[in-house]
Amino acid sequence: MAIVELAPEAPVVAPAVGTWRALRAFLRNPAAVIATLFLLLVTLIAIAAPLIYPEDPLSMVARPFLWPGQNPKFPLGSDSLGRDVAAGLVWGARISLVIGIAAMALGVTIGIVVGATAGYFGGRIDDALVRLIEIFQTTPSFLMLVVLVAIAEPRVESITVAIALVTWPTIARLVRAEFRSLREKDFVTAARGLGYGHARIIFIEILPNALPPIIVTSSVIVASAILMESALSFMGLGDPNRISWGSMIGAGREMLRTAWYLTLIPGIAIVLTVLALNLIGDALNDALNPRLSAER
Amino acid sequence: MSMFESRRLLRVLRRTVVQAVPTVLGIVVLNFLLLQLAPGDAADVMAGESGAATEEGMAMLRRQFGIDLPLLQQLMAYLGNLARLSLGFSPRYGMPVGELISQRLPSTLMLMGLALVIALAVGIALGTAMAMTAGRWPDRVISVISLIFYSVPGFWIGLMLIVLFSVKLGWLPSGGQETIGGGLAGFDMVADRLKHMILPATSLALFYVAIYSRLTRAAVLEVASQDYVRTASAKGLSPLSVTVRHILRNALLPVTTLAGIHLGGILGGAVVVETVYSWPGLGRLAFESVMRRDFNVLLGVLLLSSLLVILANTLIDLLQAWLDPRIEVR
Repeated sequence: MAIVELAPEAPVVAPAVGTWRALRAFLRNPAAVIATLFLLLVTLIAIAAPLIYPEDPLSMVARPFLWPGQNPKFPLGSDSLGRDVAAGLVWGARISLVIGIAAMALGVTIGIVVGATAGYFGGRIDDALVRLIEIFQTTPSFLMLVVLVAIAEPRVESITVAIALVTWPTIARLVRAEFRSLREKDFVTAARGLGYGHARIIFIEILPNALPPIIVTSSVIVASAILMESALSFMGLGDPNRISWGSMIGAGREMLRTAWYLTLIPGIAIVLTVLALNLIGDALNDALNPRLSAER
Repeated sequence: MSMFESRRLLRVLRRTVVQAVPTVLGIVVLNFLLLQLAPGDAADVMAGESGAATEEGMAMLRRQFGIDLPLLQQLMAYLGNLARLSLGFSPRYGMPVGELISQRLPSTLMLMGLALVIALAVGIALGTAMAMTAGRWPDRVISVISLIFYSVPGFWIGLMLIVLFSVKLGWLPSGGQETIGGGLAGFDMVADRLKHMILPATSLALFYVAIYSRLTRAAVLEVASQDYVRTASAKGLSPLSVTVRHILRNALLPVTTLAGIHLGGILGGAVVVETVYSWPGLGRLAFESVMRRDFNVLLGVLLLSSLLVILANTLIDLLQAWLDPRIEVR
């Protein structure tokens, strides 16, 4: 770990891994590049949904049960109520991405605050917070999620908060472990010696060094948040006013025997998006932990 | 087991139990308070279902369910029940919660058990194959497959399996736990039950197949770099024998102990998979009781699943302490 000179305003330590080298390693991984491009495409489609399909995706626009390819106006067919499957897919991307990213951001923030506090201060605070993490981790998270969403009435905001509430312990554990090993390092002692406050040491000195594993885990958390949202909407616990990939599968399930394309198509959208996020997570892991990837 | 050893294990057990008690208490209180935040109660749902209800009728229902009392009094009553090992009464199902749960628990445990067995067996096999071909094309192909397994929603693969194996091929039943009115007995009954379990257990297992194959791959590669493995190869043992007898044996311990950690996740996954396959288990019960605001049942299921997780973790702690004498105090 390189220690740079102690300029009064600069952080005491440079990032542990060269950002550029990590980026180059990431870009050398073809799967990661394809996954990134795919996710960019999905994001663009989600942003442009009102332009591509201006009308409400929940409205009836076609004859019910059009199979994909049957009518070129509705390339992916229509469901039992004559709703355009392609429009549902495009609008569903919005919900998946918004909930996935927002839940990740909230969960990671809570996880960092709790984990950093526990790991940095140690002692009684640590004991209490570890107990709290344990309580959350002992309850099966999907069960907890169902209870939370049912209690709060299913809406995009409440689903996001509920997913964040069941994911933060993972990040908190990780951050706590990083902080425990980093707080004894020379650069932290140096920062203390310079009289920096706790908040500054935690967020400006230690946190940047703990970031690589947090970044890797974050991409996996977006993936699992999307999976959780889809499972919730499949079970009828999604936002009833928004179409989502999970709710499309839930509605298509009734016609599984005859119109299985209604279940197949949104599922493929979920799998590809989640797969792309997991591929990116893997590639980030390799790029940010060069030691591990060399062992491969 | 020597006197010394069993005393050491007892110490580990006592430490785990001492730590578990406040956690369980915290879970119960937290869940209890959480459920109080829910809009509507069992009386509202029942009134909504019956279509017509008077204020007096609702008040009577609430008094009957004990949900008209002040919050703290309700919590104390619940904890008092727990102290007498009772989970309370479910007005909706008209029977004690403990009885209701014990009816549903076995089918969920069987489903989870089979899923875990499939996940471990397939995961370890794939992971070993990956490690033995590390860096070459079989490794890459399997790792992509396992990443796909990791990305597939369990409920969706469940539905797709139904389309393929029940609707198109007609090989396996699409739901339920047994053939209704089949009048089967003995071996036929077991075979029938097993047939009903294959698809749900597979749907539940795929995600964990992915996890265990990656863990096994890493563990096998780690062990393979140890000196004693080089020694085994140097003394002329066949690669297969080295892999199975020297590497796998040592690599599997961390993998199988991790299986306990995933118990909670598998239980959560069971909620969704049981919905897909109309499997009469605990997950389905939890979901129904959320929708019906039957909080006694829900609290019971939540408490029981936490206890299951704690029990699994304790067993793992004991197993590890037994296998590795250096582990005593974390």
